[in-house]
Amino acid sequence: MELERPIIEESIDNVIVTRLDSAVNWARESSLWPMVFGTACCAIEFMATTASKYDLSRFGAEVIRFSPRQADLLIVAGTISYKQAPILRQIYAQMPSPKWVISMGACACSGGFYDNYATVQGIDTLIPVDFYVAGCPPRPEALLDAIVALQHSITHPNASKGLAMTCCDDGVCKPCTIGAVHG
Amino acid sequence: MAEALLLHAHKIDHTTRATFAPQHLIEVLTYLKKTLHFDQLLDVTAIDEKPMKMVYILRSHDFIDSYILTTSLDETHTIDSATSLFESAHWLERETYDQYGVHFVGHPNLTRILNHEGFVGHPLRKDYPIAQGQMCHETLDLLPQLQARLESKGILTRQSDGTYSSGSRDIMYLNLGPSHPASHGTIRTFVALEGETIVGAVNEIGYLHRGFEKSCENHTYNQIIPYTDRLNYCSSLANNVAFAKTIEEMLGVTLPDRGIFIRVMLIELSRIIDHLVCLGANLVDLGALTNYWYLFNPRETAYDFLTKLTGARLTNSYMRVGGMAHDLFVGWEEEMKRVLADVEQGMGDTLKLIEHNRIFHDRTQNVGILTPQRVRDFAISGPNARASGVPYDMRKTAPYYYYESFDFDTVLGSVGDVYDRMMVRFEEIRQSIRIIRQIMARIPSGAVSIDDHRIVLPPKPSVYDSIEGTINHFKLIIDGVRVSAQSHYSAIEAVNGELGFFVVSNGSGTPAKVKVKAPSFTAMSAYASMIEGGQIADAIATLGSINIIAGEMDR
Ligand code: SF4
Repeated sequence: MELERPIIEESIDNVIVTRLDSAVNWARESSLWPMVFGTACCAIEFMATTASKYDLSRFGAEVIRFSPRQADLLIVAGTISYKQAPILRQIYAQMPSPKWVISMGACACSGGFYDNYATVQGIDTLIPVDFYVAGCPPRPEALLDAIVALQHSITHPNASKGLAMTCCDDGVCKPCTIGAVHG
Repeated sequence: MAEALLLHAHKIDHTTRATFAPQHLIEVLTYLKKTLHFDQLLDVTAIDEKPMKMVYILRSHDFIDSYILTTSLDETHTIDSATSLFESAHWLERETYDQYGVHFVGHPNLTRILNHEGFVGHPLRKDYPIAQGQMCHETLDLLPQLQARLESKGILTRQSDGTYSSGSRDIMYLNLGPSHPASHGTIRTFVALEGETIVGAVNEIGYLHRGFEKSCENHTYNQIIPYTDRLNYCSSLANNVAFAKTIEEMLGVTLPDRGIFIRVMLIELSRIIDHLVCLGANLVDLGALTNYWYLFNPRETAYDFLTKLTGARLTNSYMRVGGMAHDLFVGWEEEMKRVLADVEQGMGDTLKLIEHNRIFHDRTQNVGILTPQRVRDFAISGPNARASGVPYDMRKTAPYYYYESFDFDTVLGSVGDVYDRMMVRFEEIRQSIRIIRQIMARIPSGAVSIDDHRIVLPPKPSVYDSIEGTINHFKLIIDGVRVSAQSHYSAIEAVNGELGFFVVSNGSGTPAKVKVKAPSFTAMSAYASMIEGGQIADAIATLGSINIIAGEMDR
């Protein structure tokens, strides 16, 4: 018996034509592998974000890695002291590209209320940061928001970065309307 | 003879204070330890005055009495080391050296502990500018420290050219942390392995040192409350209370009964939610992930309660000197009942999985043993001490806040291994639930804060409607609560053990010095010796079971 051959005109509907970058970014967007650099109180809220109630896996970013070599998203959750600085740098350097950084909480963003001899006044003096999450500690929703905004920025290279809460209605990226500082 | 070396000794309640000449340190400490049975050295610190002062805080064998010794140093800032008498002195003296530049003669390893090796100067000296950070470019090489330890244990021998040889033994070095899932991101352990066995270990801490004590010297008493939240951030409210209580004792004020009951209830709630994280994380470290969900979920119910009460989930800042921000919310009883029910449910589910679980038993029993003697040597307190069978519970030994009137048990272990430490925490959750239920039945009505507007803020109507009220409010916010010049040590049974504050005031609204006696700090100093002889996996289980909270340890 002769095998039925697919008719080429019909299968054209099942082909998607795109740029390779877009396809790869689409894949990256929903499979972020975060490594958490948790040092202090913010790390406890990170734990809450991964636990059942907030459930980070709903957003496709739950494969928490503890080896930077397997991660593409660094979440810095907690105060970074000067003693910790070379370690943070090293961890960041060990991550393969492309990689992103979320700075979670007042301490990581700016030193928080530890304006003193021991504390690095913002991790962006050490490594590049893609998104800053305000709060001391930020609520889990705020961290989720940053992750969603980051995912959005991966597939929308022109989207604004900096603070979370980018606004994107109808697929059009606009500058954030809450007066955010864009990185 | 040695008794005569103690000058100006006077005893108030259970605390004796005395001074002595610095050259007599060892005689004085030996006398206190051997004759008077003050066998635990809780804290060592300095006060940067002219001349520089040293402070030693000791606790008696029965845990009831305290002894606070002070002495003045000459301008060389040198005193003998107490390491030959007390194990806990090793790290406490290192910290005093690091922060104040006091030199301890005879200390085996007088190096920095909280700040990095390259740090120049001593940050808690009054002339060190608070905001002067110093960048660190390299992590410390712990190999020489570990080799010295291995040499002292006879595993390595030093060659004539200064290098070490292990003879026919095959020693491998392994670094664990600080960026390691089981080390809370802040604890570094460097181990020497022979096969699978850890034959030697050293620790490095300070990765979360964020200048708490220096920041305190630059803020008013009430502004310090948010900083105390972030000491043990798994149980912020307990730290709030410990600090506020210390200052209230200095001011000589006592809270109304309702305020005290609320405080006790919140301390016990903190104990519950802190133990939940400790146990959940410890079980994750053992590979038992499901329990983490079971134990973390009730925390969310507690967070809802706390958010309603204080506006924050984790860092509550609810206490004030002289009371608290406001009374409980309407309907709190129902919410509290739900919290307790959820906790019982989560705990029950977890215990069903592990209580008779062979793997759990094998991983935890007879692992990381802490003997009662070492508990005292290292001045360890809290559940870690009680798991070793040491009946050290300040709620029983030196009751405060009506603890003597509540019906609850001190939970004791028998072996002092990982299993006991975990099971003691499970049982302590039950006991805390008992206390909270008694409070709910007995809580009196009335005010929650004292009625003295030199200490607590005046009511809002008076602030808005009268010039006296406005000025009163303004002065309290700007100047802070004024505390007459004195020094005072006070502690509560916080979640990890005795959490104490040694505060020096100078009559202004800002303390001259605040030193935290942190239970995690002394517990951590015993860790290296606890894991020697075990395997790497045991070390991970042990670390989880002593519940080191870096915010409290490194401050
Ligand atoms: S931002 Fe606040 S909660 Fe987060 S680590 Fe810093 S002090 Fe802790």
